[in-house]
Amino acid sequence: MEWLTIASDLIHTTIVFATALIFAAIGGLYSERSGVVNIALEGMMTVGAFTGAAIAYFAGNVAGMGNGAPWLGFLAAVVAGALFALPHAFASVTFNADQVVSGVGLNFLATGLTLYLAKLIFSGSAQTPTLQRGFSEWAIPYLADIPYLGNALFRAYPTSFVAFLAVTLTAYIVYRTPFGLRLYAVGEHPRAADTAGISVYGMRYVAVMLSGALAAAGGATIALTTTNNFSHNTISGQGYIALAALIFGKWRPFQAMLAALFFGIASAMKSVFQVYGLTQFVPVDFIYMFPYLLTILVLAGFVGRAISPAALGTPYEKGQR
Amino acid sequence: MANKQENRMPKTFRRISALFKEGTWLPVIAVLLGLASGALIMLLGSYNPLTAYQSLLTRSFGDMYNFGEMIRQVTPLIFTGLAVAFAFRTGLFNIGAEGQFIIGAMAGIYVGVFWHLPWGLHAVAAVAAGALAGGIWGGIAGYLKAARGVHEVISTIMLNWIALYLVNYLTKRFMLEPGQMRSRTAQESAWLSADWLSGLFEHARIHFGILIGLGCAVVFYIVLLQTKLGFELRAVGLNPHASEYAGIKVKQSMIAAMFGSGMFAGLGGAAEMLGVYHYLSVEAAFRGYGFLGLAVALIGRNTALGTVLSAFLLGALTYGAPGMKFGAGVPEELIDIVIAMVIFFVAAAGIITAMLRLLSGRRRKKEAA
Repeated sequence: MEWLTIASDLIHTTIVFATALIFAAIGGLYSERSGVVNIALEGMMTVGAFTGAAIAYFAGNVAGMGNGAPWLGFLAAVVAGALFALPHAFASVTFNADQVVSGVGLNFLATGLTLYLAKLIFSGSAQTPTLQRGFSEWAIPYLADIPYLGNALFRAYPTSFVAFLAVTLTAYIVYRTPFGLRLYAVGEHPRAADTAGISVYGMRYVAVMLSGALAAAGGATIALTTTNNFSHNTISGQGYIALAALIFGKWRPFQAMLAALFFGIASAMKSVFQVYGLTQFVPVDFIYMFPYLLTILVLAGFVGRAISPAALGTPYEKGQR
Repeated sequence: MANKQENRMPKTFRRISALFKEGTWLPVIAVLLGLASGALIMLLGSYNPLTAYQSLLTRSFGDMYNFGEMIRQVTPLIFTGLAVAFAFRTGLFNIGAEGQFIIGAMAGIYVGVFWHLPWGLHAVAAVAAGALAGGIWGGIAGYLKAARGVHEVISTIMLNWIALYLVNYLTKRFMLEPGQMRSRTAQESAWLSADWLSGLFEHARIHFGILIGLGCAVVFYIVLLQTKLGFELRAVGLNPHASEYAGIKVKQSMIAAMFGSGMFAGLGGAAEMLGVYHYLSVEAAFRGYGFLGLAVALIGRNTALGTVLSAFLLGALTYGAPGMKFGAGVPEELIDIVIAMVIFFVAAAGIITAMLRLLSGRRRKKEAA
């Protein structure tokens, strides 16, 4: 029975850790499907985590708002993420900047800006104070009472439910709506899309801002569920894992979600293993390393090839040949 | 269309934009704009930017100790900057300098701890081991690109993390100093630091790595611009298809380019450890020299001299940043914002051109009125 408990805990924790990755990977999907590389997911998550924690702190600890406080923080993060993504769109879409360089710049900006603002607002402290009220877990009535399975699948932070909803919605948008079709066209063959009367610039701006909003939602998820504050290491590389999940998932919503869940297992394993004292069997460093190694193997085609959108990474200039 | 637009531009602007095509002044203007953005943000936070920048300079250049420490900060940036620049010149984007740096650091310390060689020779061997290990780590990304079509941006990001955890594991498993979360100390014969040198700088941790770094910049220049290999590497970077047609082995040259790039970073890692710490600590996060190296190379426009100058600039800024806190109360993270803005302005050179166009347009209107 011990093993069932461990397995149940592992699944539960996997979902907790994967939620942020799912948000960010889905965010990256919009941007990259439109043809704009987004290694700035990391910075966008950072901004989301900071905004979420800071706003939820003022709403909860200062204004005395109750259960709405984390939601307010979450929404503020989404807005902040969309705005923060603007410079990336501005540089890489309007000014044909190298998208990787622009992304690197944005990641620097995110670290600098959030810590600068944190110190400015919270009198010199490099982190936000601990939240009185982060999200608390929801249990779906009756289902959550099922032994083992209930704990694994039907008891989770509200953000996890939102994330799964976002994936479903994204799949619908991408595959079933004119917007999705245009997004695909812009990412595969921008010149043809332009000829067909689709605004390549417009689509890319929207896509990059959507990616900022969703990645920030991912960052806010971490700050409002597991850590209950923001500090310099709240995100520490999860944006890059989300990017890996997106590629691993071949730029498709459900596959990206599965990849994010898979990478979530790696994080979950390291905490569940520590709780149950299993790290003596597998060195913790290998568990940490696993998702990255796997990504490389996938990319190298040892597990299955990933084909990116054709125009990914190339700036589009109107009237180019 | 483009020509017409240029003809409509006022003379002064055309002259300025001619300078941009050379590209020489672009980084300088970008840096100035970056500093100006930083000043603006300080003003918004009701700080005094002049006092802040002044205290930054005082910390970096104020006395011999701080000057020596600033040089110590500059040293790894020269290596990682050259690594990124070398790859860039051959058409590759090496985000993996961080990982190559870590692997090089481990190899250097490994030789420093376990090998037994005479003075001088030991340090040379350790540094060479660092270069080789970093080269191999970079070469993996080159191989993955050449043979399996994996984009180097993604593979090098992943290799950074793998390097971090692999080195942590190896350090804990084979080199651990009992009771501490770091490796055993390298033997003194492998050190790149010397008492007399650091004595000159009031015991700052400046070390011979800076000389190796400057030497690397010369090697960078010679290999890239004066040798057949360098010519082929650059040719592949400019146009892989034409190079293939001209009989250059494109795949080999990609691997060679990433190997060379990784060597610079690996050297930097080994030099940093053998010069400053003499041991390897188990790290929870990246040191960040590889990522700063990206900024260094970009601002230095991927040339040898440019990279060295920009390493000095970013080294002085990042080392001096905490000074702003004491001098003007400004959080040191402001410098990250400045660096980010500089990267933006360099990356999207069009932004600067557009700004200048806007400025000169306004001036024309004023003249007309």
